[in-house]
Amino acid sequence: MTEHFPILILLVPLFGALIVILLGRERSEQCWMTSLVSLGISSIISLFTVIAVLSGKVQTIRYRMGGWPESEGYEVGIELRVDILAALVVFAVTFVGFVNTIYSKTRAEAEVQGKVPFFYALIQLLIVGLCGIVMTNDAFNLYVLIEITSLTSYALIAMGNRRAALSSFNYVIMGTIGASFYLLGVGYLYIKTGTLNIDDIHMVLGNDNLWDHQSIIVAFIFIMLGVWTKMAFFPLHGWLPNAYSYAPSMTGTFMAPLMTKVMVYVMIRVMVWLFGYEFVFLGQHVWGELIIWMSVLAIVAGSLLALARTDIKKMLTYLIVAEVGYMVGGAWLGNVTGQAGAFYHILSDAAMTFCLFIAASIVVLRVGDSRINAFNDLFRKMPLTMIGFTVGALSMIGLPPTCGFFSKWYLISGGIEAGQWEYVCALIFSSLVNAIIFFRIFERAYFGKISGVKEDLSLPDVDANPSKGIKEVPWSMLIPLFIASGSVLLLGIMNRSLFEWIQAALK
Amino acid sequence: MIGLYAMITKNNLIKKLIGMAIFQTAIILFYVSVGVKDTAGIPIISHHGSEHHQESSDIHSEEGPANVEHHTIDKDKYANPLPHVLMLTAIVVGVSTLGLALAISQKIYKSFGTLEEDEILNQLRPGEHD
Repeated sequence: MTEHFPILILLVPLFGALIVILLGRERSEQCWMTSLVSLGISSIISLFTVIAVLSGKVQTIRYRMGGWPESEGYEVGIELRVDILAALVVFAVTFVGFVNTIYSKTRAEAEVQGKVPFFYALIQLLIVGLCGIVMTNDAFNLYVLIEITSLTSYALIAMGNRRAALSSFNYVIMGTIGASFYLLGVGYLYIKTGTLNIDDIHMVLGNDNLWDHQSIIVAFIFIMLGVWTKMAFFPLHGWLPNAYSYAPSMTGTFMAPLMTKVMVYVMIRVMVWLFGYEFVFLGQHVWGELIIWMSVLAIVAGSLLALARTDIKKMLTYLIVAEVGYMVGGAWLGNVTGQAGAFYHILSDAAMTFCLFIAASIVVLRVGDSRINAFNDLFRKMPLTMIGFTVGALSMIGLPPTCGFFSKWYLISGGIEAGQWEYVCALIFSSLVNAIIFFRIFERAYFGKISGVKEDLSLPDVDANPSKGIKEVPWSMLIPLFIASGSVLLLGIMNRSLFEWIQAALK
Repeated sequence: MIGLYAMITKNNLIKKLIGMAIFQTAIILFYVSVGVKDTAGIPIISHHGSEHHQESSDIHSEEGPANVEHHTIDKDKYANPLPHVLMLTAIVVGVSTLGLALAISQKIYKSFGTLEEDEILNQLRPGEHD
């Protein structure tokens, strides 16, 4: 049974998407139920996959699509490959998808009227794409799946207001450039190695000693550029903030935690499994140092840009840009601690971004304003939401026992191990900036308007509308928030064992 | 490269899309050119040596009867079909991207009344800026 888990994780939401489309727009309640059930099943299966891989019976589940046999040591067909890292990320993806579906129950009807079935169908297809990206072991298939994910996310973003359409268009342009670069890189690899299976490419590169060949280096650079565009690494981040903040709220809460993280996973996978440690770090290449500096730049710029925003969602999206910098830097430190830290950060960042985005969306929905003034006095008005927000924010700053503390801890120790002090400084700097950003909000939320500080942006709309005070949102939105903040704490508490699993898998 | 240049510099959104299409087509051509071999024919293999029709018998006739009987394939005689198959997928991806982008630009045109990027940005400027 275990060997069929990978394909089942993909097939259940795929058929769920078809069913949702068939149900049509008249029965949005059933659409919601269908996608909830299908994503629920999918996340349960992926939980079992995690358990199966951890229990040690099978280290890696390999699933040959269509039952193509192995011939002469080469894979002919497309292969799915799930090890512990992939299993953890797949579980994170499906679980976030499941929880987010609970959240979208009320929001979907309010924000995308008449398109509810399409929304659920697209969300499920997006999850299929993301899981496929994580599990596939075929470089070209990876491209197709990246495009599936991107296409669905373009459409999901464009469902928002009129700004969303424009930002989605920019995302299409940037995303296509990124994907095309990736495809070009894979083309070069195919010419040199004659295979597309990631393990086989690695093997051929090693056997024929192609490390220093010109076209392999070109391929590596193309693939990296493509992946960076997709993950919004700092100089290429232009599409991200607008796309995520103008998208419908339940799309933003889903994509912000997952899209960039999955692309970071792809980067680590390409670096470690496709090209391999010898090529990336030991060759006569200058890029290691350069990329660490770029990630330092990404972290500093992301944090400062976030500090400059008054719009809460924009602020969070710039924080994502900084977090991507953490992970790229960690992956490029060149030691297992840094890479495992980056990987652990994928999981913890998914949890805390999810938490923060849900909380921010709830606040924006209830207060009707997305500037940070919206948080005035909110601890009194919406205590439950603010508890969730606080957990996420503390994790972003990096206070124990949240997972944000531990991931930063591992990244910093990786940085010290590698002697990359500029990276360590950037991480600490970013922590401090995050502290300023979030304590600015906490201050408002606890004490209301601060006397002595000039309020240039007053809130006449809300104050002049006493008929409906700001209340807590329905449970369908609070439960996801609590699950998210709970998982932030849980990931933090489980950090030791998680980190050891990751380290073992990367060696 | 022309496509990439157009995607970045052009002001009109449709021109950007045309650039995108050129870029993607260029990559497709790149892949297809990978499969070319000087001596190669169409990669269709007839498994029944006696029944195959005219075109494939031309290819096989040069190899002699022994090869036909054992169905071994001389790889220099056939173009590499794999890149072509891959590109079928890539073409589908390209078409759907283009279709989606056109739909989005239609939506933009409906809400802004223009497809020139700077005019759209001008419309957005007074209200909010980022």
